[in-house]
Amino acid sequence: MKVKVLCRNPDDYVRETTRDIQRVPRNYDPTLHPFEVPREYTRALNATKLERVFAKPFVASLDGHRDGISCITKHAKSLSTIISGACDGEVKVWNLPRQECLRTVQAHEGFVRGICSRFCGTSFFTVGDDKTIKQWNWEAPGYGVREEPINTILGKAVFTGIDHHQREGTFVTCGQTVDIWDEQRSSPIRSFSWGVDSFSCVRYNPVETELLASCASDRSVVLYDTRESAPLRKVIMQLRSNTLCWNPMEAYYFTCANEDYNLYTYDIRHLDVPVTVHMDHVSAVLDVDYSPTGREFVSASFDKTIRIFPKDKGHSREVYHTKRMQHVICVRWSADNKYVLSGSDEMNIRLWKANASEKLGLLSAREKAATHYNKKLIEKFQHHPQVRRIARHRHLPGDILKQKRELREMREARRRKEQNVRKHSKPGSVPLLTEKEKHVVAVVE
Amino acid sequence: MQNENLVQISFFNQLMLVHPRKKQNERSEASVQVSEYFVNAEGTGDKVNLSDLLGTVEKTSGASNKTKKQLRNLQSSKETLELPLNKQQTEKIQRGIAYEKTTAEVSCWKNIILQNQKAEQMVFPLNQESSGPKRVEQVVAGWKVQTPLEQEIFRLLHGSRQPVNDPVLTPVEEQSLKAMSLEEAKIRRAELQKARALQSYYEAKAKREKKIKSKKYHKVQNKAKRKDFLKQFDEMVKTNPEGALEELKKMELSRMEERMSLKHQNSGKWAKSKAIMAKYDDSARKAMQEQLQMNKDLTQKMVVPSDDEHESIEEGLETVPDFVNDPETVIDPVNPWMRGQLTHEEPEISCVTAEEVQTAEEENEEEEIIGEFERKRKLRQADEEDLIPTEEERKKIRTILSLFVSTREGSNQTRGGLNTAGEEDEEGLLSEGQIRVRSIEDLEVLDEVVEPRAIEEPSAPQTAAAEATSEPPHKKKREINLKEVLTKEAKAVRLPFLPTVVDEEERDEQISIIKEAFAGDDVISDFIKDKSRQEAAGRPAVVDLTLPGWGEWGGVGLKPPRWKRKRFRIKTAPPPPRQDQKLPDVIISEKRTASVASHQVSQLPFPFQNTAQFESSIRTPIGSTWNTQTVVKNMTKPKVVTKLGAIIEPMVKEDFIKSKTTAAGDLVFLSNYPKKINFIIFFLLQTLSSIFVVSLLGCLLNVPT
Repeated sequence: MKVKVLCRNPDDYVRETTRDIQRVPRNYDPTLHPFEVPREYTRALNATKLERVFAKPFVASLDGHRDGISCITKHAKSLSTIISGACDGEVKVWNLPRQECLRTVQAHEGFVRGICSRFCGTSFFTVGDDKTIKQWNWEAPGYGVREEPINTILGKAVFTGIDHHQREGTFVTCGQTVDIWDEQRSSPIRSFSWGVDSFSCVRYNPVETELLASCASDRSVVLYDTRESAPLRKVIMQLRSNTLCWNPMEAYYFTCANEDYNLYTYDIRHLDVPVTVHMDHVSAVLDVDYSPTGREFVSASFDKTIRIFPKDKGHSREVYHTKRMQHVICVRWSADNKYVLSGSDEMNIRLWKANASEKLGLLSAREKAATHYNKKLIEKFQHHPQVRRIARHRHLPGDILKQKRELREMREARRRKEQNVRKHSKPGSVPLLTEKEKHVVAVVE
Repeated sequence: MQNENLVQISFFNQLMLVHPRKKQNERSEASVQVSEYFVNAEGTGDKVNLSDLLGTVEKTSGASNKTKKQLRNLQSSKETLELPLNKQQTEKIQRGIAYEKTTAEVSCWKNIILQNQKAEQMVFPLNQESSGPKRVEQVVAGWKVQTPLEQEIFRLLHGSRQPVNDPVLTPVEEQSLKAMSLEEAKIRRAELQKARALQSYYEAKAKREKKIKSKKYHKVQNKAKRKDFLKQFDEMVKTNPEGALEELKKMELSRMEERMSLKHQNSGKWAKSKAIMAKYDDSARKAMQEQLQMNKDLTQKMVVPSDDEHESIEEGLETVPDFVNDPETVIDPVNPWMRGQLTHEEPEISCVTAEEVQTAEEENEEEEIIGEFERKRKLRQADEEDLIPTEEERKKIRTILSLFVSTREGSNQTRGGLNTAGEEDEEGLLSEGQIRVRSIEDLEVLDEVVEPRAIEEPSAPQTAAAEATSEPPHKKKREINLKEVLTKEAKAVRLPFLPTVVDEEERDEQISIIKEAFAGDDVISDFIKDKSRQEAAGRPAVVDLTLPGWGEWGGVGLKPPRWKRKRFRIKTAPPPPRQDQKLPDVIISEKRTASVASHQVSQLPFPFQNTAQFESSIRTPIGSTWNTQTVVKNMTKPKVVTKLGAIIEPMVKEDFIKSKTTAAGDLVFLSNYPKKINFIIFFLLQTLSSIFVVSLLGCLLNVPT
């Protein structure tokens, strides 16, 4: 007699080894999974909400300085080490994961104006108000040995900034002139000046390593090539730029932080009009640094906030602030694109996440897939009002909010006035200027 | 710079070449300073003047008269040179030149930057080491001997002069590696991959085609090949007569073979079986004819037609069964039997005939009378409709009729008749019944019935179709037609053509039960009413602002005059057509709902150019509920990927832009060679272009450049 039983083929469900992934039978027939858009919309909305819920960017605060932080630099080869210089001439080396100070050096008398790390990560340079350039070893001296610089150069004037070449033993300082130094020599191998008496910042281009740019006190940004005898060109803006930063992935773009609350991204091939004007700060922007991927940059402002801008967007995607953080003087983006460091007036260095809602540490494959999917969903439904409303919401301190409103009103009033002037003057005599064109006064050859 | 150098050299060579035979002036007296151009500066501190130099030119016979003249003019002219530019201006010019140079240099990044901006995904750090296995030499490179044993082995190796540390790559190899940039290498690799893939596809295709068992497929292929060949042959006759002759011989051979064999003579097993089928199946008939045609083609003589051939054709024709030459029966589209498959939808006309046949065969007289009545009634209604042709009226009538029909059916049911289902259902059932009952013998009978009519009207299918399309509007207006209300067609289910036996009575009973159960609720008419109500609500209402008795007499029964009605009855503009205007079975509400509006996008977002684009972007789901794993992975991949704990270095020029680095590479490469050669090379480098140097070096050192 034949007995009929229900059976199924074990090949369909039995794994070959225990390490194999489980076979999950799925049916992708669209009729079985209706309402895909509403369902994905709900998911997107939830993802947006969760993103905001998990947005806790503040990681740690490093305290120990006895005066405002004036400059921060990353180690060239180590992600966990940073150095900071304070307004009392103290330089501290920090270990980030342990959140502790490894070493303290009284480097200068007066301000430490600038620090830069050598490309190989063996030593770093500091400049200060005492007209000296000092080279220090990264390694702390042995117990009982005095902290002394490897090398000290006494300059003629105060140095306000320093930057090191990407691959060679030369560095550049700025003060009354822009000087290029060889590490082996005690006098500059070349110095540039172009009718200005003081510079606030100088930076090497990390990609085209022979290019330089500096911010001068005559409201200009000057370009140099170390192979040429003269500077290349300068662009004069309406207000002074405090610092600038080159894009590390796009050789001809740099962004400068201006006193007029904005940041300007320039293409050095077309200096007459900035590529993008980044507005959002409500006070002077003091520092700017690009992310190592070159997609975004972070700016520090006198208005006690730091903001993160996409490089091609006019407005910021993120604003960080805490109750206790005062005027932010310097800011750096970590070399692994994960963190942002800010040094402020009230003697603290703060460590922030670059993506506020990102989960730190290793993620499992499923977690990764889920975050990617959520990100994509938010991107897909970003134009939907509910999603946008939630994704764009940020909390701001009351005074900043007030200032923001005030600024908007002022801008509106100015616009209206200009419109009226145009209306009551001869046609064509008051030209219509775009926001980009307004801020450049002249380009000097 | 290079050009200048070249010019200088050429000038120098000319000087050397111009007077090869000329004797050098002998120096008679001793002088402190001797110029190599035979100009003596007398006295130690004296300078050479231009005139001194020109004096010698005058004497030389080799210099052309033109230059001499120019020089004389120059001497005689009293004009002073212009002042050099002032410092500011020279600096400005210098800056301008330097800036141009720099911008040009920087612009070479443009492509890379654009490419990176457009890239779907960027992985940082950019230059990651390949994760594959490394060569032993590379791994061992940093290794030092430490233990005494190791030292001993090392010494032994040295003693026997074995190569201790093989260089990983020779300088030449390194050079060649450097010469090809990463991008180029990638492109090249992609090209090779593509070529390989194409080849494998082609091979796979050939294999697949070879495996195909279908005779028909090969037949078609062969036919195409033959045609091609014939075309080529025509050309070949013109271009390559010898080759053509050879081909002709081959063809002759094949013709002979064909004539010897009975292959295409319709005498094989297959042909016989087909011959039996041919009576009913025109495809079989066609196949047979094709075979004969092939025979004819093959046996045809290429150059001179002979009697022989005619015979063969006649022979071929003789073997064909008679009926092959019969006039092909016109296939009736109405008759499913003739098509060999079930027809899903059947035109009206056939149903009518079928109905008549059926009534004649099966129905009793009473029913026939009822049917007659109904038909008459339909006709009468059609006439009435012609009088009132407006859409609305028709609709109303339809609804009324539907009600009427339903009541009539109800009454019929009370009478207890079994065959009182709706007209359409009956028709459908009837035609189906016909098919089911059939056997092959019955088919022939029906063929005879149908055929004469088909012969009478040669364009029967078309006219029938035309009638089918033209007639229904008249007939169907009388009652609710499901097909009119529900425009979406039901899925055609093709069933195997088997005589399935279903108890007819049982089926009818079932239907009647269903009818009884749903007798009360006429959903369709309700729906139509609902829709018309909504349409009416949407229609613009006429606002009547006439005031009776204003400016005229008023009272009961008095109508406001025409001018007043014209002036004070305000008609608003009609709204845009409803979305469901052409969808009879749908009501689309066009009201804006506030609760939904807050979730909807009000403006077209920036990168999209039209709403359709945006909607399609929203419509495609990206989740794993709707897509396979790989697709989801692809769709959700992030734009920027960074490695955890890796330092992202800025771009390095040498990795991305190769052209600039080759010159530097040359120098590095040169430094490996002995000093003497180096000296020559640097001397040459100062004067000549680097390209030339490299080629020259190649000759010197026998190195491929």
